[in-house]
Amino acid sequence: MKFRNKLLAVAVAAGTALSLGMGAAQAKTFKYAFQGDLQTLDPHGLFETMTLGFQRNIYEGLVIRNDKMEMVGALAESWENTDPTTWRFHLRKGVKFHEGGTLGADDVEFSVKRLSTEGSDMKVVAALISDVKIIDDYTVDLITPSPNPILPLQLEIFYIMDKQWAEEHNSVEATNVKGGDEGNYANLHANGTGPFMVKERQSGVKTVLVRNPDYWGSMTSNLDEVIFTPIDQDATRVAALISGDVDMAYPIPVQDWGRLDDAEGVKPLAGPEARTIFLGFDQLRDELLASNVKGKNPFKDIRVRQAFAAAINLDAIKKKVMRGASVPTGLMVAPQINGFNGDLNEPYAYDPAKAKELLAEAGYPDGFEVTMDCPNNRYVNDERICQAVVGMLAKVGVKIDLLAQPKSKYFGKVLAQNGYDTSFFLLGWTPSTFDSQNPISALMACRGGEDDIGAFNLGGYCNPRINELAAAVQSETDQAKRQAMINEAFKIHKDEVGHLPLHQQPLSWGVSEKADIVQRPDNVFDLRYASIKD
Amino acid sequence: MLGFIVKRMIQSVIVMLTVALIAFALFRYVGDPINNMVGQDTTVEERDELRERLGLNDPFLVQFGRFAWASAKGEFGFSYQHRRPVRDLIAERLPATLELSMVSAVLALAVGIPMGVYTALRRDGFLSRAFMSLSLIGVSLPTFLIGILLILFFGVILRWLPTFGRGDVVDIGWWTTGFLTVSGLKAMIMPSITLALFQMTLIMRLVRAEMLEVLRTDFVKFARARGLPDRSVHFRHALKNTMVPVITITGLQLGSIIAFAIITESVFQWPGMGLMFIQAIGEVDIPIMAAYLVLIALFFVIINLVVDLLYLVVDPRLRVDRATANGQ
Repeated sequence: MKFRNKLLAVAVAAGTALSLGMGAAQAKTFKYAFQGDLQTLDPHGLFETMTLGFQRNIYEGLVIRNDKMEMVGALAESWENTDPTTWRFHLRKGVKFHEGGTLGADDVEFSVKRLSTEGSDMKVVAALISDVKIIDDYTVDLITPSPNPILPLQLEIFYIMDKQWAEEHNSVEATNVKGGDEGNYANLHANGTGPFMVKERQSGVKTVLVRNPDYWGSMTSNLDEVIFTPIDQDATRVAALISGDVDMAYPIPVQDWGRLDDAEGVKPLAGPEARTIFLGFDQLRDELLASNVKGKNPFKDIRVRQAFAAAINLDAIKKKVMRGASVPTGLMVAPQINGFNGDLNEPYAYDPAKAKELLAEAGYPDGFEVTMDCPNNRYVNDERICQAVVGMLAKVGVKIDLLAQPKSKYFGKVLAQNGYDTSFFLLGWTPSTFDSQNPISALMACRGGEDDIGAFNLGGYCNPRINELAAAVQSETDQAKRQAMINEAFKIHKDEVGHLPLHQQPLSWGVSEKADIVQRPDNVFDLRYASIKD
Repeated sequence: MLGFIVKRMIQSVIVMLTVALIAFALFRYVGDPINNMVGQDTTVEERDELRERLGLNDPFLVQFGRFAWASAKGEFGFSYQHRRPVRDLIAERLPATLELSMVSAVLALAVGIPMGVYTALRRDGFLSRAFMSLSLIGVSLPTFLIGILLILFFGVILRWLPTFGRGDVVDIGWWTTGFLTVSGLKAMIMPSITLALFQMTLIMRLVRAEMLEVLRTDFVKFARARGLPDRSVHFRHALKNTMVPVITITGLQLGSIIAFAIITESVFQWPGMGLMFIQAIGEVDIPIMAAYLVLIALFFVIINLVVDLLYLVVDPRLRVDRATANGQ
């Protein structure tokens, strides 16, 4: 250790000499690593947390969430409903894009149009807006197909591009996965209004950002340069953090927290993520695809679903699988989500004796067999959660055949394109809008109806009242009434055991003690709130 | 000679087509690429439309035919995950993989051959026994474990070497090199040792065994009887005659080094083709997987051809035999 201290002293001395010699303050460089890369720099190319989360350092939307997750103005200074289907946004004046263009209403109009071009993965956002009206250079009206009280909330991840820049670089359409000969300019280059500018981009290897000296806003970050590297292997990522090669890395395997605690100069940074992990049952088919029960579907019987709920010990999963870091839950949404109601969040009681009784009542005194689909590289310890569930259900006589697969195989099997081929599954969900309407509509509403919602209701749980509520919540502007409807939907879903919520999974970041950062509950790392000491 | 090369070229086209066909047959078991290309809110209709647009609904043979035709023209399609032409991506990543492989191959030869010669000449020396025991580790420990151990020791505990990446690289036209910067050279050390270790021990054991064989032959005895100095006997006579099998194995192993750099690259986050391939498997990026596999097949074919030609250079007997066989 002494030897290292000596080395350190020499290094510090050399560093001081160097900076004195150059006569300038040392540039603050921050290095960090994630398990994957953002897929594109195009802000309309992929609707995914990591990609949009990284882009938000470069591009900005009309509104933005601050470090406390409160909605504040970004490129819009203020906004109001001029009539139920019109949202008027007043743009901030004097905002410059990185390459010098000035932000105006035409850029907003252009960006909305770009959302619905062929390559865009943000068409679901485009569908929120039926028309754009430019009132003057700095005022723009967004017209919604029906009254939409949460439009600003939903537009947080809609970033504005410079119309002129896109036209100059032949990028008026979003980056297309199918691609042309050379690919889209905006895929590898960016010109936003955000606090950082892209200096270098090698997809899959490294992305270097530098501070935007002309940023319109103020921020707490003191970073001059940011180097982002994807590191796929957990062990290498943890080693890079401990050795000081990066200042921050995520995710850190939950089982490695001890190592970070023991190592000098780094610490784990944990918190509840806004992602809810839950189990679901096929309640739609008359006979399960993968079970030994023939001629009927046991999950159609609410007593079987209640028995499953009573058989699973959430606290044991928390303790044994999640190292105490998960938050057991009774709701399909996390506390950070708009519409969350603590009164309904009590998990189903753990009572294996009652579970057996219920199964016997339902006609399965000796249980039955069913296959469970589970991803093994998507959520925190996903496969191990499933293994724990298998063990708990075995105790009440239900024999689970576990099929744990990589996410590409898993999603390819259970999602709509493969006809929802699953009988019993584990899934996780973070509402992209941070509003309860999203899971009510995507996960809980009857699927396959004319309203075209419920696409991720993999088990086909169905109560038509929830579809009515999903539509009503979407357009209700009175907050109290809206909350009452959300409560009703959650209550129905819970009483009928539509799904079986397990927990909110933990966020698991590792960070150098020199760094000061803010952890957002959606696993987004916002450089606006990142600083580093010498 | 020319006829020989042309024949091999035709064979190699068949090999590559077969590799591509098998690869395509396997891709359907890797998973569905669409879900990695869209966000969770993307509707079912849009997903279906995207699948249709990418031609993933077409029959297997149609997809394969399209790929084979495009690759024949040097087009490898467009990466799903990077949204860029695969050709560009491979050109970007190739230097990293080739530099790493070459350094490893040179390291394996430069250390393996002398060690092999030494252990053959001093069979019972302490150092020889130590080399032989160490070589067992090299042959038996899996690459990723060696990599992780090196990272732990030199990266985390001693902090001498970077734990991941390629350091700073310098652009030279279409090539990027890590040889010209200090950080690039430092970053090269651990991955190249990890990758070289297996080959090094293999070559060492091979050279040792061959040397022992040759040293027993009559012509070595005659060389000694002629009073030639030991050095000349060992290196001019003995070593040179062990070279044919060594070249064969080294050649084949060079192909393996490039192909199996996958594991080393992914442990060290070395930005080469192997890492790109691993990432592509995770994301079901079919165009990258297909192009990579065909390219690796091409490498093997070329290396084998070069090895065959090298035989002729090293072993004069083969030249004579071939000439006689052809009736020239």
